Amino acid sequence: MIYPLQVVFILVSAVTLGAALMVVTTRNMVRAALWLVLALFGVAILFVLLEAGFFAVAQVIIYIGAIAILMIFAVMLTRRIAQDPGPQLNSTWPIAAVIALLVFGLIVFLVQVWDRAASLPPPLPQGFAPLQELGVALVSADRYLIPFEIASVLLLAALIGAIVVAWERK
Amino acid sequence: MSDPVTFVAKWLEAYLSGLGLASGWIAVIMAALGVIALGSAVLLLDILLVWVERKVVARFQDRLGPNRLGPFGLFQPIADVLKLLLKEDIIPQGADKFVYNLAPILALATVIMLWAVIPISATVAGSEINVGALYIVAVGALGTLSIIMAGWASNNKYALLGAFRMVAQMISYEVPMVIAILIPVILAKSMALTDIVESQTVWYIVLAPIAAIVFLIGAQAELGRAPFDLSEAESEIVAGYHIEYSGMKFGLFYAGELLHALTFGGLFATFFLGGWRGWGAETYPILGIGYFLIKSMFMYWVIMWIKYSFPRVRIDQMLNFCWKFLTPLILTVLSITAILDKLMSGLPYWAYVLGMLLSNLVILYFVYQAVGRYARRERQRVADPEKFRVNFPVKSTASPSHLP
Amino acid sequence: MSEYLPLVVLFILSTLVAAIAVALGHLFGPRRPTERKLQPYESGMTPFGPGTRRMPVRFYLVAVLFILFDIEVVFFIPWAVVYRKLGLFGFVEMLLFAGILEIAFVYAWKKGALEWE
Repeated sequence: MIYPLQVVFILVSAVTLGAALMVVTTRNMVRAALWLVLALFGVAILFVLLEAGFFAVAQVIIYIGAIAILMIFAVMLTRRIAQDPGPQLNSTWPIAAVIALLVFGLIVFLVQVWDRAASLPPPLPQGFAPLQELGVALVSADRYLIPFEIASVLLLAALIGAIVVAWERK
Repeated sequence: MSDPVTFVAKWLEAYLSGLGLASGWIAVIMAALGVIALGSAVLLLDILLVWVERKVVARFQDRLGPNRLGPFGLFQPIADVLKLLLKEDIIPQGADKFVYNLAPILALATVIMLWAVIPISATVAGSEINVGALYIVAVGALGTLSIIMAGWASNNKYALLGAFRMVAQMISYEVPMVIAILIPVILAKSMALTDIVESQTVWYIVLAPIAAIVFLIGAQAELGRAPFDLSEAESEIVAGYHIEYSGMKFGLFYAGELLHALTFGGLFATFFLGGWRGWGAETYPILGIGYFLIKSMFMYWVIMWIKYSFPRVRIDQMLNFCWKFLTPLILTVLSITAILDKLMSGLPYWAYVLGMLLSNLVILYFVYQAVGRYARRERQRVADPEKFRVNFPVKSTASPSHLP
Repeated sequence: MSEYLPLVVLFILSTLVAAIAVALGHLFGPRRPTERKLQPYESGMTPFGPGTRRMPVRFYLVAVLFILFDIEVVFFIPWAVVYRKLGLFGFVEMLLFAGILEIAFVYAWKKGALEWE
């Protein structure tokens, strides 16, 4: 039995992976950034398939609306835009490939062994509002308060870093 | 017969299930039909907007506007579309063909996508997703991308510079605009646009006038319309990011921009003017569509009014105004709204509304004073620059590749 | 899931309509390219240098600042929906979160990263 959603999932995953592959193989950097946008959009659709609408829109807003734009801006800062940036593989690529394959094998193995992966999780209770739940969890001391506050410190550090690197040397 | 849209939908659904289709497929077909109806209505409206825009501009500029083709020149947009179809299709040298062709498609498609979540009447809304307000921001982000794609793929300096200016402006003004959207979200306690409209027994423009003004300014900047049209400053960079586009591809950018303006009118109506709400709109949802269109068209007219009344700002003024004025202002308003909402949650609704309105008026008064002081100082500075001169240390000149 | 179905259909439909419009323009429009015509338009001058060139670093800083506020807003949203139920603690926490980001904003302002010159 093939479910329609399964077909959608496989198609979207294939597009996402293909786009991700294009990101690392395209020589033109702006095009690579645009492929990255497609890959990120695919991830957003995967979030929708998981019924996580908030994460889907957050993915598009932050990763496509902000980070992809930032990357294109950053590419435009470089000296040789859209030109051949040199060889794409260095001498250690076989080792990297082996490690990647090993990690992939390990993940497959773990999913096989882990019994919860084989069974479906119980359905969410009626009237469960994920967005409200998330809002409460973010500011509850026994849940995600610390990561939430640390996120702001991280952003602070990122901005200061950007200003120090890009601005002060002028 | 008070609600023909639901009536037709019910009838269709019954007809389809009568044919013996599975319920899943019926849902797909119903969604497709509903969306095709919505999309066609939006596109037809878009073609009409060409006439509306040209006619209104003409009136603002003391002209007559199109008046030859058909009654009141109503057939003018059809002639415009035909002309664009028959224009030469030029792809400039060195352009990235695929991206170049994709950009105008994305530019129009993202604008149409916005209409999916706007509730048009009590019973008609493309989709009632619970993250409606954020969905609008997300689709707007894709629109930003189409501009940068157009600018980059054209292989033209002016286009690239125009795209960068436009994108810098769009992402800057997105910040105060999104925070302004947060205030209706706080007042309605929901992010779904249908809930936001339904909770507006009193229009939110009364409860949050500052947020409404900031949203309008942000919309103007997102649209790249005067006074924020420096991405197409004719004397500097000709036409901005779509300089290399001709024929139908230019037409798509143009149609996208017009529709985007109406869409922002509709969003303003949804967030601050009660959307489809009006006398009798709940019992007769068909009236709601009319109310919604009237409000949207009015806001569209206001956006045009601003566009044709203000001169263009400089890029430093544009960024300063956003980051140093609008963003701090709207953050202040957001925190005050949040605190007041908490404090006044026990009060009767009329007192709550009055409190919100008064707090906004107080903030507005202080802002007015501060802006007045700033303007006086600025006028003095312009009148007597010697008095305000600061001796900067001489800087090394930037390399010529650094265009401002 | 079902509420996302119209979005998907509308996405496909609107892209299709726009693509058809481009294709029609391609079909009906004449094509008589000349070398002059295909050159990038630079107000009638002969174009010089490459069409894509380096951009000032200020654009990059605007984008960094935008990311900061973008993430702040995305965190604000779930909080704004529930915050009436949260009590004082939730409010102070959000104030702290926003406060730290405001420090970053003030830092950028004082460093002159907002000046365009």
